[in-house]
Amino acid sequence: MTDVRKPSRLFPSSVSRRGALKGLGAAAALGAAPGFVRYAQAQSSAPVRIGFQAHRTGIGAAYGRWYERTTAAAVKAINDAGGINGRPVEIVTEDDGTDPARGAEVVEKFASQHRVDLVYGTLFSHVVTGSAPAAGELKIPYYVVSEGYHVASGKLNRWVIQPGITDVRAQCRSVAPWIAQNVGKKITMIFPDYAFGHDHRDFFGPAAEEQGAQVIARIAIPPTETSFTRYFPQIPSDTDVIYHVMVGPAVLTFVKELGEFYGGRGPKLFGFIDSLEAVDINSPGLEFLEGSHFWEGMPRYLQPDASEAERAYRAAVGLDDNGAAVNDPRDVSTNAHMFGCWETLHIIKRSMEAAGYRGIEDRQKLIEATEAMTDMEEGIEHPQGPKRFDGRIHQVFGTQNISVVENGRLNVVHKTSIEDGLYEPEADYTAQAF
Amino acid sequence: MSGGVSARVWALHLAVIAALLAAGFLLPEYHRGVFARILVLAVFAMGYNLLIGYAGLLSLGHAMFFAAGLYGAGLPVYHLGWGVLPAFAAGIAAGGALALVIGALALRTVGVAFMIVTMMFSQVVYLTTLYFTTWTRGEEGLVLSPAMRRIDLGGAALSLSDPVARYMIALFLFSVVLLLSLRLVRSPFGRTLVGIRENEERMRMLGYDTFRAKLAAVVVSGLACGAAGAAWGLMFGYVGSGFASIQYSILPLLWVLVGGAATTLGPLLGTAFMFYVVDYASGLTSAYLLLVGAALILTVLFFPRGVLGTMRERWLKWLP
Repeated sequence: MTDVRKPSRLFPSSVSRRGALKGLGAAAALGAAPGFVRYAQAQSSAPVRIGFQAHRTGIGAAYGRWYERTTAAAVKAINDAGGINGRPVEIVTEDDGTDPARGAEVVEKFASQHRVDLVYGTLFSHVVTGSAPAAGELKIPYYVVSEGYHVASGKLNRWVIQPGITDVRAQCRSVAPWIAQNVGKKITMIFPDYAFGHDHRDFFGPAAEEQGAQVIARIAIPPTETSFTRYFPQIPSDTDVIYHVMVGPAVLTFVKELGEFYGGRGPKLFGFIDSLEAVDINSPGLEFLEGSHFWEGMPRYLQPDASEAERAYRAAVGLDDNGAAVNDPRDVSTNAHMFGCWETLHIIKRSMEAAGYRGIEDRQKLIEATEAMTDMEEGIEHPQGPKRFDGRIHQVFGTQNISVVENGRLNVVHKTSIEDGLYEPEADYTAQAF
Repeated sequence: MSGGVSARVWALHLAVIAALLAAGFLLPEYHRGVFARILVLAVFAMGYNLLIGYAGLLSLGHAMFFAAGLYGAGLPVYHLGWGVLPAFAAGIAAGGALALVIGALALRTVGVAFMIVTMMFSQVVYLTTLYFTTWTRGEEGLVLSPAMRRIDLGGAALSLSDPVARYMIALFLFSVVLLLSLRLVRSPFGRTLVGIRENEERMRMLGYDTFRAKLAAVVVSGLACGAAGAAWGLMFGYVGSGFASIQYSILPLLWVLVGGAATTLGPLLGTAFMFYVVDYASGLTSAYLLLVGAALILTVLFFPRGVLGTMRERWLKWLP
């Protein structure tokens, strides 16, 4: 869109020869001063174009649908408030099929064909990991909303950045003290036997043990498993808490079979809402979850003490008090994650303003501006809560919510602090060349 | 000409390679990047075509050979710090070795049983990549940084993350495999495979060791698919278990059937066609798979033997 220019109106309709010569001279001077020309273009109202790598199809489609809605709401809010540096924001969406190979192709398409200013919005960690090399090679900023540890691990590159949502390592660290102090100290972990589950195994276990708790069993469920009852006898009888992070379509079967196995008399449960994002907590078979606790990035149900900013965010996105779409109560949101889209877009706005961003030649400045960010206050740009960004690992830290299922609702019982989730960085992207 | 390949056929293949070489300079940036991917995936499809097209063996598990190459090259680079060239060789060897073992076992079956057995073995390979998540990072995968993807040429370094170099390397790999496959299918070995495809009993009666010939075909196919997988990982810097999933066993089947089974250039045509149909249709609607399905049905209606296969049947009898 930046290439679209209106026909020149340099001369008025009746122009004298002297006036014309003056005008030509001025035009020649403009041509000889490329810096000024760039400045002049930057002052245009051409939109800032953001490539949105969306999971419209594939396993991430439910998340993708709500990521799109949140993105549209955030862009409307930003544009209504005057855009970025006076320029409107335009979203160009491409479906990545929740597939890493297609993800990389989509990044190339954004950079080379759509010529967007940056790429944004990816959730699933394998798509981020698969797309990161393309973003690095094409030197295009890649703002992800993925919650994986892959960014903070230092294994990606300087163009990949996650400023709007916390990562799984921080989430595990944040909830561990509360679990150890309030639910129980003998913990059995049940997790899917692939990278997402391994992250929980590797980060939660040590964090819990720091709090005097003990992980007494780690039960890895193979990813193709559709029935789980045969794994439950492996749960030690002295278990206080079952920490579960099953995801995917089998999660309903998992919870139902766990309920049938214990018949309501088993250990307490702590889970990550990832398992039940976009799923109604009152779905048949989930009755057994009553009284169990969940991690939530942002509460699904409107809490009585919700801030004005949070209420405004929910209204803008179109959420009812139960966290479903206002026009369809069966369309349950992914609110524990999708706020990250809203916050990331506002960080992009702040970064572009700080960098004096004019066009794709300023992409490096944009990354540097985000890297320079530190504390962010709770407010309409950060409705989930305050944040602290660590530019070295391109990762933001924030508060987490622990909720209990009561009468078919998730009620927040504890909010962790930013400090609860902090850990020693393992990398420093700012030392990497662009 | 050698191996029963006529001058006209050589000229056609060399012209295709020359056109692709020119395309490397003429194509816009995005399409050059796309074609680099298509050329590597076409190598995968050519390896698959050797089996389904010429030997008549329908495998539903070729993702395992692609994944063998991908991990065979990617893991030594990532964990052991190997250079690109030995890693590439390791990827090809992994594809060939896996094909030898799988072929020796799966070729005891025929027809539908062969399809199911290959699919099951491929699923085993897929689950293995997840099982060893500690080293493979499973479905999330590993990123091979640009520093890991440099070929040291006596002082000068060739970076596989450079788009022009990448296109030329992809074209080189594609050309080598294309010309080798042309030579192979026109050789006595290729004729033997076609004979087996048409009537295995008769070939056996004529004294051919059909098991050995089919095993050789599986191994050659595995080598080509391993080369494609290794090249993919090293050139595009990502190694993940998604490439071992059933999807990547079905895709080469589609590419080959659309382009024309048992045609040397069909795999390239099918891969490019499918890529652009998806690329274009996904820009129109999120229900793009519906459009892809419609495109496939139309192709089957008008080109029942694939585009090049039908053209050969109707008009260009000399097409290899």
